[in-house]
Amino acid sequence: MSVLLRPEPVAIRKPDTPAPSPILQMKGVCKGYGSGVTHSEVLQNINLNIREGEFLAVVGFSGSGKTTFTQLVAGLIKPDKGTITMEGEPVTGPSPDRGLVFQNYSLLPWLTVRGNIALSVNSVFKDWSSEARREHVEKFIDMVGLSHAAHRRPHELSGGMRQRTSLARTLAMKPKMLLLDEPLSALDALTRSQLGDEILKIWEEERQTCLMITNDVDEAILLADRIVPLNPGPSASLGPAFTVGIDRPRNKTELNDCEHFKALRNAVTNYLVAVRQKARTAEQAATKHLKFRLPDIQPEDLNRKGRAIHNQPPR
Amino acid sequence: MNWRGGLLKFCEVAGLPIFEPFVRLAAGEDKKEQFVGIAKYVLLPIVAIALFLGFWAMAANTVVTDSAKLPSPKATWDAGAQLIAMHYEQKQADRLAKQEKVGEAVRYMAEAKAYGEAAEKATGAKKEALEAKSLSLKKRAVSAVNYEPSSAPTFIDQIWTSVGTVFFGFLLATLVAVPLGVLCGMSPWFNAALTPFIQVFKPVSPLAWLPLAFIVIMWYYAGYSAGETFFNKAFLISATTVCLCSLWPTLVNTTLGVASVDKDFINVADVLRLSWAQRLFKIILPASLPLMFAGMRISLGVGWMVLIAADMLAQNPGLGKFVWDEFQNGSELTYARIAFSVFVIGMIGLVLDRIMIFFRNLVSFGNPAPA
Repeated sequence: MSVLLRPEPVAIRKPDTPAPSPILQMKGVCKGYGSGVTHSEVLQNINLNIREGEFLAVVGFSGSGKTTFTQLVAGLIKPDKGTITMEGEPVTGPSPDRGLVFQNYSLLPWLTVRGNIALSVNSVFKDWSSEARREHVEKFIDMVGLSHAAHRRPHELSGGMRQRTSLARTLAMKPKMLLLDEPLSALDALTRSQLGDEILKIWEEERQTCLMITNDVDEAILLADRIVPLNPGPSASLGPAFTVGIDRPRNKTELNDCEHFKALRNAVTNYLVAVRQKARTAEQAATKHLKFRLPDIQPEDLNRKGRAIHNQPPR
Repeated sequence: MNWRGGLLKFCEVAGLPIFEPFVRLAAGEDKKEQFVGIAKYVLLPIVAIALFLGFWAMAANTVVTDSAKLPSPKATWDAGAQLIAMHYEQKQADRLAKQEKVGEAVRYMAEAKAYGEAAEKATGAKKEALEAKSLSLKKRAVSAVNYEPSSAPTFIDQIWTSVGTVFFGFLLATLVAVPLGVLCGMSPWFNAALTPFIQVFKPVSPLAWLPLAFIVIMWYYAGYSAGETFFNKAFLISATTVCLCSLWPTLVNTTLGVASVDKDFINVADVLRLSWAQRLFKIILPASLPLMFAGMRISLGVGWMVLIAADMLAQNPGLGKFVWDEFQNGSELTYARIAFSVFVIGMIGLVLDRIMIFFRNLVSFGNPAPA
């Protein structure tokens, strides 16, 4: 237990190297839902710089505001306080520049794999010739290995194939930055590791700026350059970043024997568990003084004469 | 996909699970399992129908008044067969009459031609007389060719009129309800404005609507006599009543469908920055089609039910009028015919329902409705 409660393992953390300018910057971002008494703060004081070309993973427990975080970055919701800027411009709404891969695929069920990808290509690259757009669509179907299933509709695909379609749809928009909202969490364990490898492979080819939200530490270490833990909510904030110093290309089976990998995994996990424990203790402490104090009353003797029945006429 | 897969898919989409065991049996799948399926979907209903017919026959012997009795299944069947036979006899007679008229026309034309040739040779007053004769013969020939048999509509004619009326009314209702529903679903303000009307008018019976539809049609067609208008007045009154009653399920379901489009699909539209029209036609409408069609299915069912009552009241030639006329006739066949038309009305309702299920399943990918 003492290992788990170690508050901040610093062994693995390396000093941040002077980095290229951030492509996306979050400054003092707060977001809550509800108003008045029912208002609950989900994210508080989020500060984050995402550098050009890096793969950043945000790791957190479920319910700690991960989805809210993604939606903020994607521009689907607006922060209550603070600013989000991308390449110096404030983020005012969703944009194809920040391609979002949805947790539950969000494929349109009435379109085929090709149709789903073509929809995004056609609406983002309006000025291309139809020939160029068609080639572009085929290229990305091919990239995720779905050429044989391009004519199928989402309900005829397995979960992994759906997520690959979703990934291809987003990649085909040529976003400046890729947002992956728990891309693997709806998949079974085998498909998960396979698709994880594929994302890694695609990313290592394209070297695109990528922000992944996940609840799986292994996955984060395998894919990311930096890992930022999301302290559990309510009022979640970001913890200190862990740099993943494992050389690329990475191989999952080799990683299992890598000491650095093991140490990093322990460090991140311990940090998250410790922070959650602290949050729980704080919560308990906060509710403690709210406990009702029971009145200190001794039971009376109900058999005492003249007391039992009050509405009797006095004798 | 092989033929078996294709047929099974069709059974599923068309909402006809009854044929599924037969397809599987023909494809050589496990026989025992398929026979269980056949027993469940075919034999059991047949037994139930036989039981029903038995009770009906017993009731027919019991329910007897001075003037009439409940028709037995046999009497109903015979009356039905007779109605259908009458239709074909009538058509045959009409065809013969028409043929005769055409023959007549040919004769008139030949005579007219003869008179015309004679007129060319003749001169003076005689020529004029011959030409006039030729012209009048030609006119008679034309009217003979254009002869339409004016026999009373038969039972099968009435069926077609009814089906036509219900489809026209349903089409009208769909054209009104779908755009309104889309607006309601997309704008809570518009929905709030329309909700009182929907809530109040939805439960109104067709019988209450009919007089109002009647005066509107009468006002619109004032000054025209029977043959001059494109639509028959009675037809329009019936169709309008059907429309007014079958509007609401489509409207309510379309509103629901549009308002409850998956938030993720809206997010997709947001990320792609689709324009308003693109968002409507590429995301919202396709996503709400299944619910829309579910509403249209209810609408068509309601429309068909309403139509019979509307036909009775508006005296629109149709099944309702047929039932009403038979009831007024009071011949010994009356009740058997009415009983037969009850079954026909039911069967047509069933077919209409299947058609709508088929369409609904076509647009709801991977999520077919239970039949």
